[in-house]
Amino acid sequence: MLILRRWIQILATVLSNAYWKFPFTRGIYQGNLKAVCVPGLNCYSCPAATGSCPLGALQNFMATLRPRFGAGHTHFGLYVIGMLGLTGSLVGRMPCAWLCPFGFLQELIHKIPSPEFEIPKPLTYIKYILLGLFIFILPLLVVDEFGYGITWFCKHICPAGTLEAGIPLMLLKPELRELIGILFHSKLLILALFLAWMAVSRRPFCRVACPLGAIYSLFNKVSVFRMTHDPDKCTLCGACYRDCPMGVKFYEDANHYDCIRCLKCYQESCRFGAISYEVAGIPLLKALKRTAETDAPME
Amino acid sequence: MAPKKSILPFVLIVLFALFLAIGINLGEVSSVLEKAIHVCLSCMGIG
Repeated sequence: MLILRRWIQILATVLSNAYWKFPFTRGIYQGNLKAVCVPGLNCYSCPAATGSCPLGALQNFMATLRPRFGAGHTHFGLYVIGMLGLTGSLVGRMPCAWLCPFGFLQELIHKIPSPEFEIPKPLTYIKYILLGLFIFILPLLVVDEFGYGITWFCKHICPAGTLEAGIPLMLLKPELRELIGILFHSKLLILALFLAWMAVSRRPFCRVACPLGAIYSLFNKVSVFRMTHDPDKCTLCGACYRDCPMGVKFYEDANHYDCIRCLKCYQESCRFGAISYEVAGIPLLKALKRTAETDAPME
Repeated sequence: MAPKKSILPFVLIVLFALFLAIGINLGEVSSVLEKAIHVCLSCMGIG
C-alpha cells in the first residue's frame, strides 16, 4: 500500500505540474485546464502548474466579492466550495496523503535523518484560525477604495507559492527581481523555517498551517470513507501512533481531524486487526478478511 | 456489531454537488481560469 501511495503521489505531482514547456516559453501555462482546481496545495503560478490552487481561487473570490457583487455578478466561490466539499464528503482528508504535492514534499524531507520533535497539540489548531482569517475574513473585509481585497494567505504565508512560483519565476524572469522587497524575504524565511521543520517533525505544514487540510479535516467524521477502530482487538501498543505521518493517536479517535487516511497504520503498523476502514458504513472486504486472519489462533 | 450507517455523507454530497453546479452555472469557472492564467505576484511574494 505504501508503494502504491508513493506512485500515486508521484503521479499526482507530475500531473499537477505537467507543463514542461516553461523553460522555453518563460511563462506559466495558460490553457483551459487551469479552470479546474487540483485537490492538493499546488500554486497556480508555478510555471509547470496545469491546474488551479483551490485556496488561491477561493481567496480570490472573497477578495473580489464586493466589486463583483456591485457589478451584478453573484460569484461567491460556490464552484470551489462545492468541489472541496464534494471531495471532503467522499474521502475527508485523504487527498492530503495521496494527491497533495506539498504533502509529498514534506514526507520526502522527513526522510532526512534528524532528531524527532513532536508538534504540540495546541499548534494544530492554528490552521483553523488561518482558514477563517486569511482565506475568508481578511480578503473579504480589508479592501481598497474600489472594494478589492487581497489574497492574504498567498501573499503573506504560503510557502508552496514561494517554492513553486516565487523562486522559479525569479529565475525565469530576471526583470521581476527588481521587485523583490521585504515581503519576498519574509516569505523566503517562512519557507526556510517550514523546510527545516519538515526534517525534524512529521508534516508540520499540514498539521499546523494548511487551510486546505483544515477544510478537508472538517469532513473526516462525516465522510463516506471512514476509518474504524476495534477496541476489543486494540492492545494500545502505540505502533499506529509511532508510524503515523500526522502523529495521530488512532486508538483515541479513529477519524481524528488530522488523519489523512494514508492507511499506513492499517497496512503496516497494526498487527492485531484493530484498524480497518469502511465505505458508507459498510466494512470493506479486505478489512474483514484481515480481521479474520488475525482472529486465527497463533502457533 | 452492526455497521453504523448514516445518510449525512450523502446529504453533504448532494449539497456540495449542488453548490458546484450553481457555481458553474454562474460562470465562476471562467473567473478561476482568468485568475490562474496570469502570474500571481502575491503568490510569489512581490505584489
